[in-house]
Amino acid sequence: MSKLRLLFVKEAQASYISHLDLMRTFQRVFPRTELEIKHTQGFHPHPILSIVLPLPVGQQSDCELLDFEVTQESNGRGIAEKLNTGMPTGIRVLDCYAATRPIRELAFLQADLELLYDGGVPQGAVEALQALFAREEIIIEKRTKRKEQAQVDIAPMLRSVDLHAGDKAIYATVVVQAQNPGLNPQLLEKAIAAHLPALTPDFVRVRRRRIMDENGEDFR
Amino acid sequence: MDQRLERILPRVQKPARYVGGEYNAVIKDKKDVDTRVAFCFPDTYEIGMSNLGMRILYGVMNAMDGVWCQRVFAPWGDMEEEMRRANMPLFALESGDPVADFDIVAFSVGYEMAFTAILNMLDLAGIPLHSADRPHLTPLVIAGGTAMYNAEPVADFIDIVSLGEGEDVTPELINLHRKARREGWDKHRFLVAAAQLDGIYVPSLYDVSYHDDGTVAAITPRDGAPERVVKRIVHDLDKSFFPTRTIVPSTEIVQDRVMLELFRGCIRGCRFCQAGYVYRPVRNRSRDLCAQYCLEACNDSGYQEVTLSSLSTSDYPPLTELCDNLEDFCQQRHVNLSLPSLRADNFSMSLMQRLAKGRKTGLTFAPEAGTQRLRDVINKNVTLDDLLQSCRTAFAGGYSAVKLYFMLGLPTETDEDVLGIADVAARVMHAWRESAANKQRGVRITVSTSYFVPKPHTAFQWEPQITREEYERRVKLLREAINTKTVTYSWHDGDTSFLEAVLARGDRRLGKVLECAWRKGAKLDAWEDYFSLARWQEAFAECGVDPAFYAYRRREKDEIMPWHMISSGVTENYLWREYENAKAGVTTPDCRTHCNGCGANRLVGGKCDV
Repeated sequence: MSKLRLLFVKEAQASYISHLDLMRTFQRVFPRTELEIKHTQGFHPHPILSIVLPLPVGQQSDCELLDFEVTQESNGRGIAEKLNTGMPTGIRVLDCYAATRPIRELAFLQADLELLYDGGVPQGAVEALQALFAREEIIIEKRTKRKEQAQVDIAPMLRSVDLHAGDKAIYATVVVQAQNPGLNPQLLEKAIAAHLPALTPDFVRVRRRRIMDENGEDFR
Repeated sequence: MDQRLERILPRVQKPARYVGGEYNAVIKDKKDVDTRVAFCFPDTYEIGMSNLGMRILYGVMNAMDGVWCQRVFAPWGDMEEEMRRANMPLFALESGDPVADFDIVAFSVGYEMAFTAILNMLDLAGIPLHSADRPHLTPLVIAGGTAMYNAEPVADFIDIVSLGEGEDVTPELINLHRKARREGWDKHRFLVAAAQLDGIYVPSLYDVSYHDDGTVAAITPRDGAPERVVKRIVHDLDKSFFPTRTIVPSTEIVQDRVMLELFRGCIRGCRFCQAGYVYRPVRNRSRDLCAQYCLEACNDSGYQEVTLSSLSTSDYPPLTELCDNLEDFCQQRHVNLSLPSLRADNFSMSLMQRLAKGRKTGLTFAPEAGTQRLRDVINKNVTLDDLLQSCRTAFAGGYSAVKLYFMLGLPTETDEDVLGIADVAARVMHAWRESAANKQRGVRITVSTSYFVPKPHTAFQWEPQITREEYERRVKLLREAINTKTVTYSWHDGDTSFLEAVLARGDRRLGKVLECAWRKGAKLDAWEDYFSLARWQEAFAECGVDPAFYAYRRREKDEIMPWHMISSGVTENYLWREYENAKAGVTTPDCRTHCNGCGANRLVGGKCDV
């Protein structure tokens, strides 16, 4: 029996595949390998698969992780290639290896944001946003799991924000807390809309770039 | 990705339906392509992707050099609204290109309630609705599928109808269109030539005149179009294309499993069943080939469930052997086999043991009518004893839920027949008490009734539908007769079935009603979320068309049916004979017992593969 981990890319059309559908997609490609996924015991056995930090629908990522257990002894070599023969466009497994590091050591994630302004980036926008994200407290309204509106301060979950302006977009590289609690980088758009409504972008693209441990090293 | 689409997607439900990119979706290089076909399904992605015919023809067309067939589905309401707001025309999933730019726009139409979705999709694509308003060769709008056995209600909108199974005729039609484009034919010349292909019906080449009483007076073909268009079929299922490398949707669909087609046609001859008549004759796929396709399809798709599909799977002669052949593979790969429908007269212990081993939730039987008399009228040829024996087998084998399907409003139905349904349910309940393997788990018996819709090309095509008021009275009668808690009763909405009855046997005069109802907002009428009979009634009134004329009227033997130019291979004489037998309560044996002379054997050169 082995515990393995996949590192995969989710981009293009595949960024619209929901978490549940992604799990199903992976379940269907595993028979292409010689590995047998361990199933839960019980009346309705289901495969033991878990996607570590589910990516919000519509975002892209270079660094998704999926943990799973197999009944055989395996170090994962050769598995990525086999899985990739059955994937939809936009999902690409980069690596498969023994899952040794516990997930709790995953501390931060880095994402690139494109804040699109169809009419051109407003004057002074970069400076204003920089000032916003440097505040001690950034309150936004967020819907809770119980569908109630709640006030959340995102400032403590925001590690760094680097901004630079292009022609019709501001490009942001942000580092946010990954878990307990994690921050969805897309919420920066909400923060702008709440505090600097005139600078609300027309659209925001998000792409996860790195996942890191407490020391800022790549988490694998 | 189209920028408009990128901005819409975060706001709509289930965006994965609208982006393509699934495993096995066919991408071709445009420079190698001279014919693009937008293959449209007038319903949602989840329904359309569950359609085996669509998958077969997608494979057939994309196997042609220079042809790129791409899929198009009807957007759900939220998506449609966003697309219209963003001025984004209907697009195909593979390339994202607008449908209006394609050479051929082909609709697969399985049911009448999809008619308005055809109009809505044409409109979303920016393609003129009326065939007459499309003077050019492209885009050519064609349609096929079971609902096209009476295409008259959509005759104004469709250039060409392809009848029957499309594996052979579709490439013929595409090649003719190619030639026409290459040689610069005008549309009329192309249509006249297309009408010479077997199985091709060109509505605009037929003039229809009417009597004062509203019935059809004459149907006159022009420009050499045939008096009668006979449907096409595949002769040898073992040699026909079967999609084992087929698209695996990245989001859940209705039939999210391998669909393994065992045979076409049905030996049974239920008199109400349009599929039973129009898919004749029976043609089996050989057992070994079925097994091979099953393995290939599971290996390629990764699915762990296989539906053994056909109109009546327990009639497949080598069914148990096929299940046995697949057993090792299924066990090793954790694959479950399931059957879509079971006949109550040949469901055996040996078959049950070969089906889903883990989850034994429910089985479905369709006795269709509550008394033997009425089952004889419809030629269901299933007895109460058959049903009870099958239920006892199922209960003894650990099943704890049974669904029973019936129809209300079948020809000659009396209150006694309606109450008979409650009696059947009570006896099934009793069978459970006698034979249940585990009584602690309890039992769930579900009785469902639908509202009988007489369909063209069946023995009941001359029959009136009962009125909605009468249907509701019978529902109430049955509801009051079912009084045990373990029996749940659900019934189909009467409004939908009434409209279905109107459209099913409609003529060309319904075209303007369809258009009017669509303008009033009808689009996905198969969905309760969108269907409104009030909207349709307004449309009927505005167009001066009486829907009762189509739904509630008994036809005379010599009346010319609006679909008279279409032949499924089964003769009208045979249908009438079956109608007479029905009224006399005389049953007709299945095709395996002996040939009843329906005429469909002529499609395969005289002898059917029963």
